[in-house]
Amino acid sequence: MSVQSPAPERVAPQGAPRAPRRVGFSQRLSRWDVKLSPYLYISPFFILFAITGLFPLIYTAYVSVHQWSLLGGQGDYIGFQNFTDIFAQPAFWRSLRNTFSIFLLSSVPQVLVAIVIAALLDQNLRAKTFWRMGVLLPYVVAPVAVGLIFGRMFADQSGLINGALGFFGIDPIRWHVDALASHVAIASMVNFRWTGYNALIFLAAMQAVPRELYEAAIIDGAGRVRQFFSITIPQIRATIIFVVLTSTIGGLQIFDEPRVFDEAGRGGSSQQWMTTTLYLYDVGWGTQRNLGRAAAVAWVLFLIVVVIGFVNFAITNRISTSGADRTTTRTRRQRRAAARSSRRSA
Amino acid sequence: MRKTTRRTWALAAGVMSISLLATACSNDSGSSTGGGDDKGDGKITLTVATFNDFGYTDELLAEYTEANPNVTVKQTRAAKSEDARTNLTTKLAAGGSGLADVEAIEVDWLPELVQSADAFADLTDPAVEGRWEDWKAKAATTADGKLIGYGTDIGPEGICYRADLFDAAGIPSDRESVKEFLGGDSATWDTYFAAGREFKAKSPDVAWFDSASSIYQGMVNQLTNAYEENDGTPKPLADNADVKKLYEDTLNASADLSAHLGQWSGDWDAAFQSNGFATMLCPAWMTGPIEERAGGITGWDVADVFPGGGGNWGGSYLTVPSTGKNVDEAKKLAEWLTSPETQIKAFLNAGTFPSQVEAWDSEDLKAAKNDFFNDAPVGEIFAKRAAAIDVTPFKGPNYFQIHQTVGDALNRVDIDKSESIEQGWTSAVQAYDNLGL
Repeated sequence: MSVQSPAPERVAPQGAPRAPRRVGFSQRLSRWDVKLSPYLYISPFFILFAITGLFPLIYTAYVSVHQWSLLGGQGDYIGFQNFTDIFAQPAFWRSLRNTFSIFLLSSVPQVLVAIVIAALLDQNLRAKTFWRMGVLLPYVVAPVAVGLIFGRMFADQSGLINGALGFFGIDPIRWHVDALASHVAIASMVNFRWTGYNALIFLAAMQAVPRELYEAAIIDGAGRVRQFFSITIPQIRATIIFVVLTSTIGGLQIFDEPRVFDEAGRGGSSQQWMTTTLYLYDVGWGTQRNLGRAAAVAWVLFLIVVVIGFVNFAITNRISTSGADRTTTRTRRQRRAAARSSRRSA
Repeated sequence: MRKTTRRTWALAAGVMSISLLATACSNDSGSSTGGGDDKGDGKITLTVATFNDFGYTDELLAEYTEANPNVTVKQTRAAKSEDARTNLTTKLAAGGSGLADVEAIEVDWLPELVQSADAFADLTDPAVEGRWEDWKAKAATTADGKLIGYGTDIGPEGICYRADLFDAAGIPSDRESVKEFLGGDSATWDTYFAAGREFKAKSPDVAWFDSASSIYQGMVNQLTNAYEENDGTPKPLADNADVKKLYEDTLNASADLSAHLGQWSGDWDAAFQSNGFATMLCPAWMTGPIEERAGGITGWDVADVFPGGGGNWGGSYLTVPSTGKNVDEAKKLAEWLTSPETQIKAFLNAGTFPSQVEAWDSEDLKAAKNDFFNDAPVGEIFAKRAAAIDVTPFKGPNYFQIHQTVGDALNRVDIDKSESIEQGWTSAVQAYDNLGL
């Protein structure tokens, strides 16, 4: 470090090109501190993501172009053979059909009902915390436990639900045989667990909506329903997008519920409720034990989730924006600006 | 120049933190390698990984320490065999680190494990020669004669039946009469089905057996080469006349005899409380699940008879992964745990029926009774059923894939009723073709 002491610098011949570049180490350190520290502070997340998220993602792509058995490990490079293999399996396409059907049956009603529940919780209720915690209660139950209990309730011959239907003279529904019936049963488990959770997220967003908007709307003579559609929905747009995206991602990856819906966990004897994740598991860890193909399924599913995610983002964005356009609600800044200009003109 | 330095530093910091994380991870897994610990002074700890209940109580394992003071035995028990299997295959695929010194496995995993036999120590030993019937040891032996597992228990099959339902139908219900009713020592599947039709005629509301697939399971375990040739080549399902005949026989019988309840399903569980069916194929370990579900029902009993001779369903082995630190000591422990004497104690603890031939003559085993099954002498009955097993079904690497295609078809016809017998077979053949074997 003695090199950096000022004395020899002064003796240095004039015009030496490096002289002005000599900076004290502590000074240099503090410059790094300013420039580098922010990145270091956020780096743990990205490092962890790189290890636990990005690396598996890329490695899965690597596995998907190889022959790869669960125990035998890596085999030959085979290009896109694994992809063409899974596209040739009817079970794969059936799993896609099931995934979309269960996704639509779960996510759509879930988000709609969650918004309504949140709007109701947002009213002046007695014992608010009790009701709010109440809707979250199903979320505490582990998905597998939900699956086991619902599996019993939806049992074809001895189930509670068919018993109740019989009481009203309706023929028992074959929950474990009909594709659509099994999808409804599985979607009901998902909805049971997630509706309350989403409702609380919506509730948090709704409470951040400025109350003056409602007061102004009441003065303008808007009813509850009109307030809900013209103020609440547009104001919580960002949250709706968030919930729609997360439930899309979750909905396309449903695994636990169909896995425990029957004793075999393979999605039924004609793959009535085998979702794509279940198919992936069956290919990789079931009887085929083919990790190469399983990795190919994983990548196809990943791409599908990304595409559907974007589509949903676009749709949600449009619906909510058009909602905002129709009403003339403004942000606080716009309102203030409007007030200022009106004062000025007065 | 300046910019480069800054970038270099950022890079260095990044690389540092990644490598720190990486070493942190590798340290962790490094310390757990091998399972057992060497504590110096010759004292070692051996770990045994089992699932469900092997009957290895702390007292039983302490006996080994008594005889071998330098060895302490620790057991880790998985609740379900699937969990144990996932754990085993994951760690095998990762090169064997973190496995226990002795790993318990189920017979159904063997076709796969035999293929990676290098991961296991060769357990061939003159001391265990003739300890098991041929078929039990053969399943755990590789093509070049390496023995990778010592047999613990087996599942010799008898017939469990509801004496009270037999009484209600006016059919003699004691064990000897039922044995004769089902065909006696020369019982075949036809005599079993014929007995079922007679029972149904007198008691139309009660099914004869639970499901087609469980009957088929019993039948297919009596074929030497059900789905594959001895070298592992799969037999095309479309031309597999043996399997097709069993498939059709089962489904023709189940049309009027089956309760159409998939084994282990919720409806199946409930049927134990609602007189769902009168008989069941009953490997020795099945007495446990029946008792669990049929609490409060009196009348279950076991008959010393099985259609088509003997049959085995399930059973386990102890293996010694070759990556362990104390392979030799682990081998000794596995040898002791699977000795006839120890296995009888395990049987008395947990009902795991011994696979060791010598154990079948033991007085302790013969004296074993099951009070839930009307005090049936289960030890004696299953020992006789075990002696009747004479087929070694070949189960190669593709066995369970192919078995599943037929099993799914059986369930579609028998339980879902979504396909006819012929349609079911056609789609099974289709599913077989999709396997791309």
